Amino acid sequence: MAQAPDLKLVPTPGQTVGPFFGYALPYEKDSELLAPGHPRSIRLHGTVTDGAGNPIPDALLEIWQPDEHGVVSQETGSLRRDGYTFTGFGRAAVDNVGHFTFTTVNPGPTEEGQAPFIALTLFARGLTNRLFTRIYLPEDTEALAADPLLNAVDAERRDTLIAEREADGALRFDVRLQGEGETVFLAYPRES
Amino acid sequence: MSQQPALDPAATMDSQETLSREIQQIGEDYAAQSTTETQPRLNFPPYRSSLLRHPTKSLQLADPETIELWAPAFGERDVHPLEADLTIQHNGEPIGERIVVSGRVLDGDGRPVRGQLIELWQANAAGRYMHKRDQHPAPLDPNFTGVGRAITGPNGEYSFTTIKPAPYPWKNHHNAWRPAHIHFSLFGTDFTQRMITQMYFPGDPLFSLDPIYQTIVDPKARERLVATYDHSITSHEWATGYNWDIVLTGSNRTWMESDLGDAHADEEDH
Repeated sequence: MAQAPDLKLVPTPGQTVGPFFGYALPYEKDSELLAPGHPRSIRLHGTVTDGAGNPIPDALLEIWQPDEHGVVSQETGSLRRDGYTFTGFGRAAVDNVGHFTFTTVNPGPTEEGQAPFIALTLFARGLTNRLFTRIYLPEDTEALAADPLLNAVDAERRDTLIAEREADGALRFDVRLQGEGETVFLAYPRES
Repeated sequence: MSQQPALDPAATMDSQETLSREIQQIGEDYAAQSTTETQPRLNFPPYRSSLLRHPTKSLQLADPETIELWAPAFGERDVHPLEADLTIQHNGEPIGERIVVSGRVLDGDGRPVRGQLIELWQANAAGRYMHKRDQHPAPLDPNFTGVGRAITGPNGEYSFTTIKPAPYPWKNHHNAWRPAHIHFSLFGTDFTQRMITQMYFPGDPLFSLDPIYQTIVDPKARERLVATYDHSITSHEWATGYNWDIVLTGSNRTWMESDLGDAHADEEDH
């Protein structure tokens, strides 16, 4: 990869999403990347907790992912879903007990042998800027073992990036903002 | 109940003087250090709700991979052009000072962010959100919801017509009031550029008192969140105007010589 040049402009600072995004950012079927009950669909869910282990009732999560064949969608219609077009984007506000649910598909590897993952962004009251992380699938142990990011993370924290597969095929991914099992959050090279 | 957010009841009894002292100390410590910070601190104790909600470990530097190097696509199917006018969503005129907020969304390389989604939300002219958990005893405006959306134009431009929001109280400490602000949500050309921020109005006396605005410890950096009053946007007998440009981070996609050429051409256009 060619080295990207330094930024010419200084990025605008982020700010907390605050508690009152609830009537602005959530929308109908926002967390349904495809219709629940669709034969391809899986549930992706988990709880967002704070440093005391308490659930955060005012967090918002977004996911962005390829389809099960590893294809990155560039289709519009994420905000007004027709029930058929897979746009790869979803948004979910947590409920009163900090729990979120997406209906989606297992992401496929975008390149042969690569460990597939879902990109996740987290927003919350009390969180001064958005956080990024990745949700890896637990199955492909060979690809996981070879993944550059997972290999760069401290061994004992690595599992915070890997979802758990439940008996019904659902993916469980809990987000812990701090404390025991604190999720690994990411920064990208050109952030500021 | 454990699901109550970490709003320490003791914290709400702190005085503004206590909070301001903490903010000032952080500012002095920052001024004495030699590095420049351009983003808010995730750990900013004067914003009490951040205490249990900031990661304690350093962020892991990631080389972005395929999905992160693309952004979700939004378009006309998602957003109707009239959604950028927050004053026509109901049967009557909202109360307050009608304003137009216009600007451009650029990336850190100076390239316009075209065809991307901007979402915005805000309190009304009395400082009240149309949200069931906002119990601030100020009037709700039946003609104002305070939500807008737009898709950026070919030069990254956007324009919203809305009502100037008012300051409102919150429970961070005793007598805590937020400066008037509008929340903005933005996407770039990569998912790594996703951000949410707040736009403020020039000359607000609450800036120095506000622990959220002050999470950005660098004075120049936080001024980037303040819009400029712009009389060329102001229109005759209709609305006052503000200009606010937003810069996202740079794209992380593999850089080609032609990208540099594009960036240069865009710069010359303006």
